[in-house]
Amino acid sequence: MVTSSATAGTMNGQGATRKLAVHCKSVTKTYGAGGAKVTALRGIDLDIATGELMMLVGPSGCGKTTLISVIAGILDRDAGECTVFGVDFNTMSASAKTKFRGSNVGFVFQAFNLIPTLTAAENVAVPLMILGEGRSAAVKKGKEMLEKVGLGERYKSLPSQLSGGQQQRVAIARALVHEPRLIVCDEPTSALDHETGHVIMRLLKNVALKDDRALVIVTHDARIFGFADRIAKLDDGEVKSIQTPEEMNIGVAK
Amino acid sequence: MIRTAMKMLMGDRLKYTGLLLGIAFAALLIVQQASILVGLAHQTGSFIRDTGVADLWVMDDQVRFSQDSLPISDNTLLRVRGISGVDWAVPMYQGFLKSRLPDGTRKVVILVGIDDATLIGGPPGMVTGSLKDLRIDKAVIVKDDELETKFKMKRGGDRGLRVGDVMSINDQDAVIVGTYSAEKSFFWEPVVYTTYTRGLQYAPRERKLMNYVMVKLKPGTDLEEARAQIEKATGLRARTGDEFEQITADYILNETGILVNFGLAVFLGFVVGTLVAGQMLYNFTLDNLRYYGTLKAMGAGNMKLVGMVLAQAMVVAVLGYGLGLGAGSYLGKLVGDAGLAFRMPWQVPVFAGLAIVVCCLIAALISIRRVIQLEPAVVFRS
Repeated sequence: MVTSSATAGTMNGQGATRKLAVHCKSVTKTYGAGGAKVTALRGIDLDIATGELMMLVGPSGCGKTTLISVIAGILDRDAGECTVFGVDFNTMSASAKTKFRGSNVGFVFQAFNLIPTLTAAENVAVPLMILGEGRSAAVKKGKEMLEKVGLGERYKSLPSQLSGGQQQRVAIARALVHEPRLIVCDEPTSALDHETGHVIMRLLKNVALKDDRALVIVTHDARIFGFADRIAKLDDGEVKSIQTPEEMNIGVAK
Repeated sequence: MIRTAMKMLMGDRLKYTGLLLGIAFAALLIVQQASILVGLAHQTGSFIRDTGVADLWVMDDQVRFSQDSLPISDNTLLRVRGISGVDWAVPMYQGFLKSRLPDGTRKVVILVGIDDATLIGGPPGMVTGSLKDLRIDKAVIVKDDELETKFKMKRGGDRGLRVGDVMSINDQDAVIVGTYSAEKSFFWEPVVYTTYTRGLQYAPRERKLMNYVMVKLKPGTDLEEARAQIEKATGLRARTGDEFEQITADYILNETGILVNFGLAVFLGFVVGTLVAGQMLYNFTLDNLRYYGTLKAMGAGNMKLVGMVLAQAMVVAVLGYGLGLGAGSYLGKLVGDAGLAFRMPWQVPVFAGLAIVVCCLIAALISIRRVIQLEPAVVFRS
C-alpha cells in the first residue's frame, strides 16, 4: 500500500509547480530464472520532481539499488513504465541510452569510485571528457567545480591523499560538473562518520540540488533522513510509503 | 580519454613496471632466439663468403653443405676452363684430416687446399705473414683467433699455437707460416689453409681428391648460360655463392634440428609473451573493472572503453618491445663479442615487434571482452 503526501506537481510545501523528473509506474524487475528467480521490484510507483531530494530507504535486499539502477538507466526494467525527463530508456538503443546518461545523469557512489591514479581535478573532469570536451578545458572546469565543493586547494591531490569526506566531495563535484538533470547517489554517507555525513548531505542539498534538477539518494543511514524532501520506504520490492520527514516525525535538516 | 587510460595504466608504478617487464621479457626471448637462429644460419655460409671471389662453384650434385667434401674428377677443371665465357677456374681441395699439435694434442682440422699459382680461394685477410708464404715448403696458415682457443696446447706448456710451430697433419709436418682472419664458422673444426698440391699430399690417398672448382666468368657473360654449359660439360652442379650458402644453411638447419629447436624457442617466446602479457593485462583490466564500470555508468560507450584498453595494450606493447629489443641487442653484443652466433637483420626486430603487438592484441581482446560484458549496474555493488 503506497501512501504519498505530495504529488510531483507541488513539492516541498512551497506550492511551486515543478516538472516531473522521474516517473515510475508498475515497474517490475526480476533476476535469474526458474528456481533461482528473484523478483527485486514488484510494481513500483514513484514520481520525483525537479528540485526534489528523494530518499529511497529500506532494509538490505528490498530493491533500493535495483530501483536506482533502473531510474539511472543502467538496468533495464522488465515491465511497467519509467521515464526520466520524459525519456523511456527501454525504447532507446544501448548507445543512445549511454549518451543520455552521460549528459543527464550524475552518479555518487558509496565507495566514491574515484580513479586512484587521477588527481582530484582529473577525476572531476572525467564526465566532461566522456562527453568529448578537451582535456585541459575539462580539467579547468573540474578545478572550478572542486572550489564549489570546498576542495579548490586540493585539486592536485590523488584520492589516496584525501580523507573519506574529501573523496566524497570530489565524487559530488564529478557528479555535478557536467550539469546533469538527475543525480543518483548510492549510500553517499555510509562510509563516513556522522559529522562528515552531514557535511556531504548539506553539500548535496545546497549545492547539488537546483530547481531544474532532481536528486535520488539510496540510503539506510537514518541520520540523514532529515535532509530529504520525501522519503520512499521500500520493502520486498514494493514502495510501502512515501512521506516527508515531518510526517515521519524527523527533524528537517538544513 | 586516451590520456586518462594512460594515467590509469602508468599510475600504479609497480603493476605498470611488472607489465612492461613481462612484455620486455617476451620480446627479449623472441629477439634473442630469432637472432641466434639467424646467426647460426649465417655462420653456416661463412666459408663460402670468405672465398667469395668466384661466380660459380662446381661440385658434385650430392653436396649438401660447404664442408661436405665429395670428390670430383680432376678432369673437371680442364673441362670448365675450356668453356667460353670462363675467365678462370681454380681447384679446391677440402677435407677433414687428423692433426697433432707440437705437444701431442690431437685435433681434427678442415684442410683447405687452394690454387698453387694464384692462391685464389684463400681467406679474406691475413693477420700475420702473407698468403704467398703458403709457397714455403710445408707451409700452412691457421686462423688467428683460434691460436689460443682451438689450437691451445693443454698437454704441454699450456699455450696456443704460434707462427713457426710445427704441427703434423695426417702424420706429415706442417709449418705455421701465418695467421688469417675470417668470419666465425658454424663448424667447430678449425680451417687450415695450404696450397692445393700440398693439400693433396696431406690427404689420404683416394682416386679423386678435388672437391670444388671455383669459376670466374668473363665480364658480360650470361651466368645462366655459363652455368648450363658447365653442368652439361661436367655432369656436375654449378652454383653461385649465394645458392651454395642457401643449400648449406637449408641442410644444416633442417638436418641438425637447429631450425626446429630455435623455431620452437621463438614460438615459445611468443606463447610465453602472449600468456604473460595476457595474464598481466587481464589482471590489470580486472583490477580496474570497477572504474570501467563507473565510466560506463557515467556515459562512456563500449567503443571508448575498447579504445582505452587497446591504447593501454599498444603502449605497453611498444614500450615493452623497446625494452626487450634493447636488452636483446645488448645481450647480442655480449654474445657477439664472445664469438657466438647472433645476427639481427632488420627482419628480426620487425618480426619480434609484430609478434609482441599480436601478443598484446590477443591479451587486449580477452580484456576487452570483460569490459564489453560489464554491466554498468556493477557500480552500485559495494
